[in-house]
Amino acid sequence: MAALIPSPTIIAHLGLIFIVFNMLVMSAAFMVWLERKVCAWIQDRSGPNRVGFEGALQPFADVFKLMFKEDLRPKAADAALFAIAPIISTITAFAAFSVVPFGTETTLFGLLKEPIPLEVTDVNVAVLVVFAIASMGVYGIVLAGWASNSKYSLLGGLRSAAQMISYELSYGMALAAVIMLAGSLSLREIVMNQSGYWWGFIPKWYVFLQPLGFFIFMTAGVAETNRAPFDFPEAEQELVAGYHTEYSAMAFALFFLAEYVNMVTVAAVATSLYLGGWLGPFLPSWLQWVYFLIKVFLILFFYVWMRWTLPRYRYDQLMQFGWKWLLPVSVLNFLATAALILWIG
Amino acid sequence: MVSMDTLAFYVFAAIAVIASLGVIGQGNPMHSIMLLIGSFGALAGLYILLDAPFTAVTQIIVYAGAIMVLFLFVVMLLNVPREEPAPVTAGGLLGPAGFKLGAGLSVLLAIEVIWGLSRLGIAGFAQDADAATVSSVARIGNELFTQHAFAFEATSILILVAMVGAVVLARREH
Repeated sequence: MAALIPSPTIIAHLGLIFIVFNMLVMSAAFMVWLERKVCAWIQDRSGPNRVGFEGALQPFADVFKLMFKEDLRPKAADAALFAIAPIISTITAFAAFSVVPFGTETTLFGLLKEPIPLEVTDVNVAVLVVFAIASMGVYGIVLAGWASNSKYSLLGGLRSAAQMISYELSYGMALAAVIMLAGSLSLREIVMNQSGYWWGFIPKWYVFLQPLGFFIFMTAGVAETNRAPFDFPEAEQELVAGYHTEYSAMAFALFFLAEYVNMVTVAAVATSLYLGGWLGPFLPSWLQWVYFLIKVFLILFFYVWMRWTLPRYRYDQLMQFGWKWLLPVSVLNFLATAALILWIG
Repeated sequence: MVSMDTLAFYVFAAIAVIASLGVIGQGNPMHSIMLLIGSFGALAGLYILLDAPFTAVTQIIVYAGAIMVLFLFVVMLLNVPREEPAPVTAGGLLGPAGFKLGAGLSVLLAIEVIWGLSRLGIAGFAQDADAATVSSVARIGNELFTQHAFAFEATSILILVAMVGAVVLARREH
C-alpha cells in the first residue's frame, strides 16, 4: 500500500500546479476589472461599482452570465474547427506560464526533504518553450476566423496571422540577445544571473544592459497579445469584433480568458528576462515571490494604461513599423550585443 | 509491466501515424493542416522521449509554428471563394499514370526501409558515449558551426536563392 501513497514532493508539485492554474484564472478576472477601472479613470468615469467593493466582483458576475447564455454556431461554420479554436487559444495561454519561475527553491518550512523550485516545471530550454507555445497560440485566432465562415472573422484571423509572423521575428531576436548575455536557455538561470548590484545600489537587471532589447520585447509582446495599439484582429470599428465575431457564451469567454492570461505570461517572461524575476532587497528568500507579483503588476498596469491612451495604428503602418523599423533595430541590437560580449569577454 | 516511457512512445507514435494518414485521407485542406500540426506535435513528443528537448522545441517553433502558419495563410487566402473540387481526371502527375508512379515509389520506399531495418538489428542502436550530450544546445551549436559548417552555409544559400526566386516571381507583373 505504501507505494500507492504519493511522496510529499509529488503532492507539493501537484499543489503548485493547482495554485498556478487558479492564480492565472484569478489574475485574468482581476485584469478585466483593472482594465475597466483604469479605463474609467482615464475617461473620467467611475467604471463598474455595483457588484462587490468598487465592482470587484463584476468579472465573476459576467462569467456567470456568459455560462448561462446560449452557445450559438453559424450554420455555415466548420463545426470541428469552430469548437477547438477557443480551446487551442486557452490551452496555449496557460501552457506558456508553466516554465516561468516565480520564486526561489523552498522546502515549505522543512515539510519536504528536498527543496522544490517555485515553478511548474524547470526545463533547460524554457525560453524556447515560451517562444514555441506563443507561436502555437496564433492557431486559435486564425482558426476561429476561418471556421466562423464570416468575412469579418476571416479578416481578423488573416490580420492576426500576418501580425504574428511579422512581430515574432523581432521578439525572437530580442530573446536571443538576452540568451547570449546569460549564456543559458533556462529562465531560472537567467534570473539567477541577474542577482547582485553594480556600485552597491543598481540591481544587475538586464534591462540596464539591454534597454533597446526590452523596448523591442515589450512592443513585440503587445503585438503578439493583440493589444492596443496593435489590436487589429478585433478592430471593432472595421471588423465588428474581428475573429470572435461569431462566438457567444463561454466560447467567447475563453478567448477573453486567453487574451488576459497571455498578457500575464508576457509580463511574467519580461520580468524574468529583464527585471530580475523574483529578486529584490530586504524580504527573506521565501517571500521573494512578492517582488515577482509587484513587477508583473506594474507591467500589466502599463499595458492597460497604454491601451486607453494610444489610438490604433493603421494596418500599413503596423506592417511598416514591424518590418522596416523593429526588425532591423532588433538585428542591430543582437549584433551589437554579440560584438560587445566578444570584445569585453 | 510497461514502463511510462514505452507507453508514451506508443501514444505519440499512434497519434503521429493516425494524424499523418488523416492529412492525406480527407478532402478539406484546413483539416489536413491541423492534422499535420498534430503529427508534428507528436513527433516533438517522441524527441522529448529521446532526451532531445532542444530538437523537440525547434520542431515546434520551425515546423508547427512558422511553416504551418504560412501554409494556413495560403490555404485561407485560396479558399475564400469556396472552390469546386477539381475533377479527378486531371492530367500530368495527378492523373491515373501519376498515381501508379506514386504507388510504385511508395512500395519501393517501403521495401528499402524494411531491408535497412532488418540489416540494422538491435546492435545498431547501442548506446553512444556522447548520446547524453545531444540535449546540450552548446554542443549542437559547436557541431553545426565547425564540423557541418559547409552543409549549414550551403543550406542557407539554398534558402536565399528560394527567397530571391519568390521575390522575382512576385514582381514579374510590374
